[in-house]
Amino acid sequence: MRYAETGFNLEIDLSRGNIERVENDPAETELYLGGLGTNAKIMWDRVPPEIDAFSPDNLLIFSAGLLCGTPAVGCNRTIVTTISPQTGLLAFSMMGGFWAPELKYAGYDKVILRGKSPDPVYLYIHNDKVEIRDASHLRGKGSNETADILRREVKDSNAQVAAIGMAGENRVFFASIEQGRSSASRAGIGAVMGDKGLKAIVVRGTRDINVARPAEYMQLCNEVLQYIKKREDNPIPGVMPILAGLGSPQEMKIHDEKWHTENFMWGNSRVRRKDFWTEDIAKEWTRTLETARTRLISCYNCPMKCGGTISIPGLPTYLMKCFSKLTYTMAAFSNLDFGLKIAQRATEYGVDGFSAPQVMAFALELYENGILTDGDMPELPSDNEGRFYYLLDKIVRREGIGDVLANGTYWAAKEIGKGAEEYAHNNIKKIEQLPLKLSMLNPIYFLMYCTGEKINITQIEGQFPQMPFPAREQREEFVKDWIQVPDDRFKQYLLDWEPRGENSMPFYPTVPMCCDIVDWQEKMHYIDDALGMCAGLSSFPLKPPYHIHNYPKFISSGAGIDMDEAKLSRAAKRYRTLVRAINIRRGMRREDERPPENHWKKRFPELEKELLDTYYRFKGWNEQGIPTRESLEELSLDYVGEDFEKRGVLAGNGDSPAPGAPAGEAKE
Amino acid sequence: MGEKKKKIIKTIRVDVDKCNGCRACEVICSAFHAEPKYSSNNPARSRVRVIRHPLRDIYVPVYAGEYTPAECMGRDRYTIDGKEYEECAFCRAACPSRDVFKEPDSGLPLKCDMCESDPDLESPMCVQWCLNDALVYETREEELEEDPAARQQEVEVGLEALANKYGLQKVMDAVARMSKKDG
Ligand code: SF4
Ligand code: SF4
Ligand code: SF4
Repeated sequence: MRYAETGFNLEIDLSRGNIERVENDPAETELYLGGLGTNAKIMWDRVPPEIDAFSPDNLLIFSAGLLCGTPAVGCNRTIVTTISPQTGLLAFSMMGGFWAPELKYAGYDKVILRGKSPDPVYLYIHNDKVEIRDASHLRGKGSNETADILRREVKDSNAQVAAIGMAGENRVFFASIEQGRSSASRAGIGAVMGDKGLKAIVVRGTRDINVARPAEYMQLCNEVLQYIKKREDNPIPGVMPILAGLGSPQEMKIHDEKWHTENFMWGNSRVRRKDFWTEDIAKEWTRTLETARTRLISCYNCPMKCGGTISIPGLPTYLMKCFSKLTYTMAAFSNLDFGLKIAQRATEYGVDGFSAPQVMAFALELYENGILTDGDMPELPSDNEGRFYYLLDKIVRREGIGDVLANGTYWAAKEIGKGAEEYAHNNIKKIEQLPLKLSMLNPIYFLMYCTGEKINITQIEGQFPQMPFPAREQREEFVKDWIQVPDDRFKQYLLDWEPRGENSMPFYPTVPMCCDIVDWQEKMHYIDDALGMCAGLSSFPLKPPYHIHNYPKFISSGAGIDMDEAKLSRAAKRYRTLVRAINIRRGMRREDERPPENHWKKRFPELEKELLDTYYRFKGWNEQGIPTRESLEELSLDYVGEDFEKRGVLAGNGDSPAPGAPAGEAKE
Repeated sequence: MGEKKKKIIKTIRVDVDKCNGCRACEVICSAFHAEPKYSSNNPARSRVRVIRHPLRDIYVPVYAGEYTPAECMGRDRYTIDGKEYEECAFCRAACPSRDVFKEPDSGLPLKCDMCESDPDLESPMCVQWCLNDALVYETREEELEEDPAARQQEVEVGLEALANKYGLQKVMDAVARMSKKDG
């Protein structure tokens, strides 16, 4: 009997309309856990580097995490994995909500899609019944609209729907997959779904999920629940409100946006407005949110309420979470009312709430500087808000200039030329980043920005305070109940970390300490992505309920796989290295691993070089960031080393170029 | 007729405004009632069900009540606060016209038993797992007439559901086989 997992995947060939239920190998679970881990293994085995995002041979994998569908609180992530059209590298966005547990209850761990359907279709999964169905009536429909129609069509309000909007259908490089309350947004996985002709996956399941040692497992779940209660009643002192509690940043709950609006950049990640947050604005924005937000809502089996139901008179209701609350507002120099309104349309279209506003602000900056002209933007409205709606509509339809912008700022700038590249200034590995421009280099963040392969800072940071506490007593207080650290040395790093003087940034934490810290931060994210755990209860916040000490117990008693901290760390390192190997094989090298040039004003080139050199060594990678033969063998990834050898990856020492053309070049 | 007795009535007060739609109540109810306890979970077996229509902002936890052998004649619609609720939305019955509150494989009716167990729980599991206080456990004392027929009735309801699903003959065969085994 398989525990926690179902032991079966669905293999769907959309070209031939073929559906197979295939048993997966428990030995792979032991090595790669599940979710992202086993997805990465499948991508390595079946998608060689010659396959680009829009090739029929690219796979699109929807996976539940290993523990999804068990009573583990907040374990509900769907990990979607494919090759990104924007980067040419592995994309592995996840979404919360309700989809992954439902897939488990239907009896499957993964849905693996290949090929392309000539006509739009949707996939309907109801336990043993799996059908590819016509979706021509859904063409051009919004993501929420689609979900609503499909729930009625299958006559089941409990069916969970993951759908793309018009952006995905038209292969916009930052198209998302939407699922009501949640979305898998980054790196254009919605475009791959659209390219495959797949409008939606509807899933409904009524089967049991078993756990190996019930009493023990339930005890662990109850401990987590108790700890959440305790943490909610005792927010962490001395940090800003959104970092004091658990969950995703509580953007739907809090009204005080002084920190975001005055520290993050407005427009095309350009302007800092230091005195923006006045009492009048606070009042106005509070009123806006209070009126629009009718309820705070959670993902499956989680008490945290990180999302909100947004109902604005005259517009369809939609569900929102996190920072998309402010991305449109700030990119357009507007107010919260505008932000909430345009986000409604953007959600139906299905675009990434980080990239989309920046692409539009980038286009307007080009226009203001004469690089894009009235000829490129016929009938452009005169007000900023109007312009944003105008651009959004053009982009998702790939109309006129929208067709260029739909490839994101990196590729658009290349195509536009005339110096436009200078304006695509906030990218890492070709993906738009959070609009942050800061003064002095932070060595921990430097490493995370450079090497994070989800290419999004929130998906690697966490656990360790972002800033040193000013007073020693505060630090002592903080480390007292810091049970989450893998080792007591991390407490010492924090205790000695001062805002000024010898033990301050950028030279403290020291280079080896930074490596140690970043490795821990990243490891926890990778574990979450394999187990299906929400980062908001684990890798992201300070002092989370899940950590390296209780996770092995969850896996042992839940999935029945013998696990301890060392073995879990090794497994996480194994598939983390495999993710890197996939990207290395696709051309990623050291020169791709750097933050935006202007991210910090004060840079320290020598220190930065030392940081990266040391971190690469620490990870078992050579000076190009390529995993060495030795470190691969240590992780039982010999097959990767052999493939590297065959392709001359290790011998050539990394002069194979990064992909030079966007995936859309091969347009039919 | 039974004699008059003081009895503790256990109730759960539902505050739909506080519900965040997480379905933790469904998860834990089904896990608690699994055989062996907590060995599996499956919201389709839960004795509380959250009626959810996120885009209409409807979240209503409903508890499984009695089995009813026939479906209702008229089906009403309700509008509350401008939101229209589907037919049967609040109904607690396991009834022939729908799958709600029936075991997914056997079709046997499910009924909330307030997590009856020995020793008594401090509060029912769904209440314990609802950290948002949408479900609040309350007890009150009432004078009640004991009705020894009630237990028997419950057994009959279960048998009737099985008979409806598999046919009376099959059920009788199964009972006969089981009694042989026991003997
Ligand atoms: S913490 Fe927030 S985002 Fe995470 S599972 Fe819970 S409700 Fe969802
Ligand atoms: S556990 Fe509480 S908040 Fe969650 S769905 Fe059930 S009643 Fe609603
Ligand atoms: S009281 Fe117990 S039996 Fe009834 S719904 Fe809640 S958990 Fe289930």
